[in-house]
Amino acid sequence: MITVLRAGPLTTVQDLGRPGLAQLGVPRSGAADLPALRLANRLVGNPEGAAGLETTLLGCALRFGTGRWVALTGAPVPAPMGVPFRVPAGGTLEIGTALAGLRTYLAVGGGLAVPATLGSRSTDLLSGLGPAPLRDGDTLPLGDPGPPAAVDAVPLPPVAAEPVLRLRFGPRDDRLAPAARRMLAAEAFPVSPDSDRIGVRLAGPALPRSRTDELPSEPIVLGSVQLPPDGRPVLFLADHPTTGGYPVVGVVHPADVPAAAQARPGTRLRFRPVPPG
Amino acid sequence: MADAAEARAVYAALLPLRDAGRITELVPAARTVLVEADPLPDLPALLAGVRAGPVVPGRTVEIAVTYDGPDLAEVARLTGLAVAEVVRRHAAAEYVVAFSGFAPGFGYLTGLPAELHVPRRDTPRTAVPAGSVAVAGEFTGVYPRRSPGGWQLLGRTAAVLWDAEREPPALLVPGTRVRFTR
Repeated sequence: MITVLRAGPLTTVQDLGRPGLAQLGVPRSGAADLPALRLANRLVGNPEGAAGLETTLLGCALRFGTGRWVALTGAPVPAPMGVPFRVPAGGTLEIGTALAGLRTYLAVGGGLAVPATLGSRSTDLLSGLGPAPLRDGDTLPLGDPGPPAAVDAVPLPPVAAEPVLRLRFGPRDDRLAPAARRMLAAEAFPVSPDSDRIGVRLAGPALPRSRTDELPSEPIVLGSVQLPPDGRPVLFLADHPTTGGYPVVGVVHPADVPAAAQARPGTRLRFRPVPPG
Repeated sequence: MADAAEARAVYAALLPLRDAGRITELVPAARTVLVEADPLPDLPALLAGVRAGPVVPGRTVEIAVTYDGPDLAEVARLTGLAVAEVVRRHAAAEYVVAFSGFAPGFGYLTGLPAELHVPRRDTPRTAVPAGSVAVAGEFTGVYPRRSPGGWQLLGRTAAVLWDAEREPPALLVPGTRVRFTR
């Protein structure tokens, strides 16, 4: 069992989420930086989909009732990153402030054994499914650890200072005024402080729309760039709504979504248009 | 697609591919259907003939409604109908869940009589009680849980629209036929 000594501003249990249920209105949820969670699990010998913790900027502190192998990935903190290490029984793990990036992932041998909802232990902040965000004093049950992993350490992908995200225009890029298309390709868009697991809200220049009437609701996919009437794009992350009435003018390449999820407020995002196909 | 019924027909035609694991996400909406798959199947070939084909009806659900919603008078004013007539027409129609969204288990029901198409409220409510039966635009629906909302509230039901511990969790899924009873 793990006891939460300091929950931090937003620490949630995350696994691979609830894909395949969007037709019921259930967001996919899951780790915002999925490759980071998968890697952390591999490092401690867990299945990639085991539940771990996702911290936000300021980390958290945990006391371990039983000794376990753990691994940290994602946003680097002042602790061993990308390498399994042992926290002894009674030991404390301090996940400090991220040196770069936004979300750090902790995998624990055996995984976190909180109850699953619809096949996932992920906290979904849009629809309220899954466990609540951690609070000081919470306890987290642990699963039984398997055999240790064969890997010792892996190099972590660096957190880009100014991420460049591949963007495919559409399906509703006809709603972009011609100037907006040029601006998306040329300008830098600072991440707004009101960004969350639902979406990265982009400050910077407002994008002019060619028309401002709403669409009948359309499905939304991970990485969709939606353009509300105020012209400030929203890049949807794990807890995105399943449908929406504002036009999706472009979709970020799935492999680049984790970089967006690691962009802390103030980070300037750039888009590089890529052809369809 | 021309309307929500056609989008639902396309969704229904592609369901076997999802069940076979060739599609990871299949999500109908008001005029469009999202297909997420790698590799993407040959959609034009799969969809040839879908629009003319019949849609297998889903199961029918009856939802008992107490028509005492706070927006009944406003809907009556917007439609030019008496409150009793708004209620009668809403309860007399047959509906089909076109798609879900907004919240787990929230179904957008088509089949709302044209004279009951009214705009959303100018100012959304910060809290709509669970079980509220509401209309907006071409749709009617039932709020599965307490949430903010801008639809016009006609009444309420004790039916449980969503329970994550129940199998299936959603009372209404795309294709479900719905009748509101008084």
